Amino acid sequence: METNNTAGKSRLNRRHFLTLVGSAALALPLATLLSKTAHAGAKEADEFLKSKVKGAMKEGRVKIIAPEIAENGNTVPITITVESPMTEKDYVKTVYLVAEGNPNPGVATVNLSPMMGEAKVDLRIRLAKTQNVVAVAEMSDGSAWKGSQEIKVTIGGCGG
Amino acid sequence: MADTVKPRVKAPKTAKKGEVFEVKTLIQHDMESGQRKDKQGKVIPRQIINKFTCTLNGKTVFSMDLEPAISANPYIVFQVKATESGKLEFKWFDDNGSVYTFAQDLTVN
Repeated sequence: METNNTAGKSRLNRRHFLTLVGSAALALPLATLLSKTAHAGAKEADEFLKSKVKGAMKEGRVKIIAPEIAENGNTVPITITVESPMTEKDYVKTVYLVAEGNPNPGVATVNLSPMMGEAKVDLRIRLAKTQNVVAVAEMSDGSAWKGSQEIKVTIGGCGG
Repeated sequence: MADTVKPRVKAPKTAKKGEVFEVKTLIQHDMESGQRKDKQGKVIPRQIINKFTCTLNGKTVFSMDLEPAISANPYIVFQVKATESGKLEFKWFDDNGSVYTFAQDLTVN
């Protein structure tokens, strides 16, 4: 923006200012409209999970620990734990982490092994807005378990 | 880019057999999501770490596929059971083809 502040140009500056305000008022509803279409919904997230996980997903055994309110959506610390003995015979094979309100539902695909001893992973993720984060664990016996957590986001983390 | 990428790993050098210990990893990386635009309104191309692996003596302990929804400077913490002595190797795979590595010896007694 111009920062020339001589008396003769002050009217022009004001006009400039008013045009700016006008265009901002026009742009705002457009921006909200765009952001609505740009984000994946719960349905997309579900479809994404179904494309990855064979078989029915049962609720339970998977827990997502996250702050109830994340101030900065750019780095939201989360912990995923799965109830499993993590032995050669019975362990968690894969955990799919999805975010329902991000531009793309996929966040991470985590491959675990019995050599871990415990199914617990800490990550820092980006969240565009307040939304549900879902984790689905696929076990070595073929069963799938699901856990979810709503995280409130004050400032979204997807950049302009 | 490659000059500024610096992997960091915090893992114990010794562990008792059967013990489960925590491994903390962090790598300096912008994780450019491909969603952001520059001042001219052009989309900044995506460049992220898309894969991370941890192996013990060549056997995969933990691996992960990363999406742009992982924060800048990916911080990954996981558990490892002390089964045998050997070399813990960590690898981060960049979209541009680079691979960043870190290795540390583990003694199990």
